[in-house]
Amino acid sequence: MSEVKFVDFVAKKNDLQEQTEPLQVVNGKGEIVNQEVFDKYSDEDLVKFMKLMVWERTLHQRSNALTRQGRLGFYAPTEGQEASEMGSELAFKASDFMLPAYRDIPQLIQHGLPIWKAFLWSRGHVLGNDYTDENVQALSPQIIIGAQYIETAGVALGLKKNKTEDTVAYTYTGDGGTSQGDFYEGINFAGAFQVPAVFFVQNNGYAISVPRHVQTAAVTLAQKGMAAGIPYVQVDGMDFLAVYEAAKAAREYAAAGNGPVLIEILTFRFGPHTNAGDDPKRYRTPEEEKPWFDNDPLIRYRKILTDKGLWSEDIESAYVDEVKEDIKDAVKKADEAPKQKISEFLENVFEVPTPEIAEQIKAFKAKEAK
Amino acid sequence: MATMSYIQAITDALRTQLKNDDKTLVFGEDVGKNGGVFRATDGLQAEFGEDRVFDTPLAESGIIGLSTGLAVQGFRPVPEIQFFGFVFEAMDQIAGQLSRTRYRTNGTVNVPVTIRSPFGGGTHTPEMHADSLEAMVASVPGLRVVTPSNPYDAKGLLISAIKNNDPVVFLENLKLYRSMKADVPEGEYEVPLDKANVVREGTDLTIIAYSAEVNESLKVADKLAKEGKSIEVVDLRSLSPIDFETLVKSAEKTHRVLVVQEAQHLAGVAAKVVSEISERAILSLDAPIGRVSAPDTIYPFGLAEDDWLPNADDIEAKAREILEFN
Repeated sequence: MSEVKFVDFVAKKNDLQEQTEPLQVVNGKGEIVNQEVFDKYSDEDLVKFMKLMVWERTLHQRSNALTRQGRLGFYAPTEGQEASEMGSELAFKASDFMLPAYRDIPQLIQHGLPIWKAFLWSRGHVLGNDYTDENVQALSPQIIIGAQYIETAGVALGLKKNKTEDTVAYTYTGDGGTSQGDFYEGINFAGAFQVPAVFFVQNNGYAISVPRHVQTAAVTLAQKGMAAGIPYVQVDGMDFLAVYEAAKAAREYAAAGNGPVLIEILTFRFGPHTNAGDDPKRYRTPEEEKPWFDNDPLIRYRKILTDKGLWSEDIESAYVDEVKEDIKDAVKKADEAPKQKISEFLENVFEVPTPEIAEQIKAFKAKEAK
Repeated sequence: MATMSYIQAITDALRTQLKNDDKTLVFGEDVGKNGGVFRATDGLQAEFGEDRVFDTPLAESGIIGLSTGLAVQGFRPVPEIQFFGFVFEAMDQIAGQLSRTRYRTNGTVNVPVTIRSPFGGGTHTPEMHADSLEAMVASVPGLRVVTPSNPYDAKGLLISAIKNNDPVVFLENLKLYRSMKADVPEGEYEVPLDKANVVREGTDLTIIAYSAEVNESLKVADKLAKEGKSIEVVDLRSLSPIDFETLVKSAEKTHRVLVVQEAQHLAGVAAKVVSEISERAILSLDAPIGRVSAPDTIYPFGLAEDDWLPNADDIEAKAREILEFN
C-alpha cells in the first residue's frame, strides 16, 4: 500500500524558503543596476540625496562625541542606516504623521523637529517632546518596541475618518520589533481598516545582541505583511534610491486610499545598540561586519556622484563643516533650555490637577522658589 | 425621566454623546452589529453608522493603541475592553502609552479616551472575566478611574468621562447590569468625575465602598438602622483620584470608619483610603479603621464564588466590631 499524502508539509516548508532579491537601483559597487529608475533623477536630486546621508553621518558622529563628553544623554547610533532613514523620510510630506522609535531621531529632525529639541530629548528634557511651536506632525520617539505600530493604525484611521486629503501616517521599528504582538496588531488593524499607513522595518541585523535569525523562521520580515493582507516589499537599505523609490511608491499607494504597506529595509547598524555600554564585539565577528562596512551607503553614492563630477572630498568636507556649525548652534540652544520644574510636570499629568496633585504643585512651587 | 437598568443607562450615555459630539467613536470587540456581548452598545451602530460605531479585530492592545492614535487626530474614542480581566493584554498601551501621552508631550497633546469595561463577580463567569483589577489602573499616574454603583451615576459619569480630556477607565459592574433599575434623566447631564457621593447619611459609622459593594453596604445600613445604629454610606465613584475631602469629612462626623472592596485584601484601593484617612483624621477616630475585602487568592473558581466575595454579612460583622470598639 503506497502512502497517500493528504498534505506535504515538507514541500510546503520548502516553498517558504524562496527568497526574492531586495529592490536595488545602485549596487554595493556603485554600479547602476536599474538605469530606468536612476535616470528619473537629476544631478541636483543626487546631490540632495548625498547631502542628506552626509548630514545624518555627521549628526551621528557629533552625537557620538557629544555623548562621550556628557553633553548628550541617551543616544542610539545610526551609522550605516543613512540610506534607510533618509531615503524613507524624504518620501513624506511635512503634513504626514510620523511615529518614530528611538533610533529614528534623524528622520524626526528632517520631519521638522529642530536639532536642539532632539538633543533635549536625548538629555531628558520635556521640551524635546513639545512640538507645538514647529507644528511637527509626530509623536515623540517610542521606547517600547513596537507600541508605535498600533498607534500608527489609529492615527491613520483618524486621517481616514477626518477625510484628510493626501496625508498618511508612517512609522518605524526594527527587526526585533517584528516579534512583538503590537507589530502584528498594528499591521493587522491597519489592513482590516484599510488605512493610509506606511510601516517600515529597519532590519539592521540585530536586536541589541540577538541576531535576526533568532527572531523568526520567516525568510523575510517583509512577508509578515502577507498574513495581514497588506502588500510588502524588501529593499536594499544601503541604497538610497531603492529605499526612496519604494517609500515614495508606498506613500502614493497609501495616500490614494489603497490601504497600508509594509517595507522591510535591509541595513546594518555599524556601531553599538546605544552608547550606554553596548559592545558589538560580544555578538558580532569582524568577518560578518566587513561586507556591511564595505556596503556603506555613502561609499556607493560617493562613487556615483564623483564619477559624474558632482561630488568631491572638498565639497563633502565643506558641507560637513556647515552641518557641524548647525549642530554646535543646536547644542548652545539646548544649553539655554530652562531648568525643568517638578511643579510643571505635575501640571502636565491631568488637564486640570486633582486636589492631591494641586497640593503637590503648591509644595514643589514653594521648594522651587527657594 | 425614564426607568432604566444600569446597562440601559450606559447605552443611553453613549447615545447621548454620539449625538452631541460627532468626534465620539464607540468601538471594540462585538460592539458593532451585535451591540456588545451584554448589549451595552445595542442599536448604536444602526443609529449612528459603521463609521462611528464599529467592530475591531480581536486584540486588546490594538484596541487601546488605536484609541490613542485616533485621539491624536482629534477624536473622542470610547473603546470597550470586553471583560476587564482582558486588560492585561493592553497594559502597555494603557499604562505605558495612553496615560503618558499628555505628560510626555509637555501637556500639549490630550488623549480623551474613555475605556469602558465590565468587571466584578457574582455571575459565575469563566476565569479572567470577573476580577477586580481596579487598583492596578488606579495606581497609574495620568489615568482617571471611575465606577458607578447605580444607573443614574452610570449615565452621568460616563458622559463626564467622554467629555473629559483625560484618559478615563470606566468600570461597569457586571452584576448590576440588569439587576438594578432606577430613574434616569433624559439627555445630557454630568456626574463629577472626582467626587464621592454620600448615598446615605448617618452619625455612628461611615462605610466607604464602591461599585456593587455600595449596595451591599446599604443593606447593612438598613439592617442596623432597625437597631438604632445610624450608618453613613459613602460611594467613592472615583477610584483615581479619590475624593478624600468628602471621606475625611464623614470620618470626622462619625468617628468610625469601615472600608469595603470586592478586590483581594492585598489589592489596594481600600488600603489607600485607610492610609489617607489615618494621615488626615486619625485623631478624630474612636476605633481602628476596618476593612472588608476578598481573600488573597486568585479570583476563585465559579462554584466557590459566593463563599469568596465579600457580602453584606461580612460587612455587617465588621461594622458591629467597629461600632462596639471602646
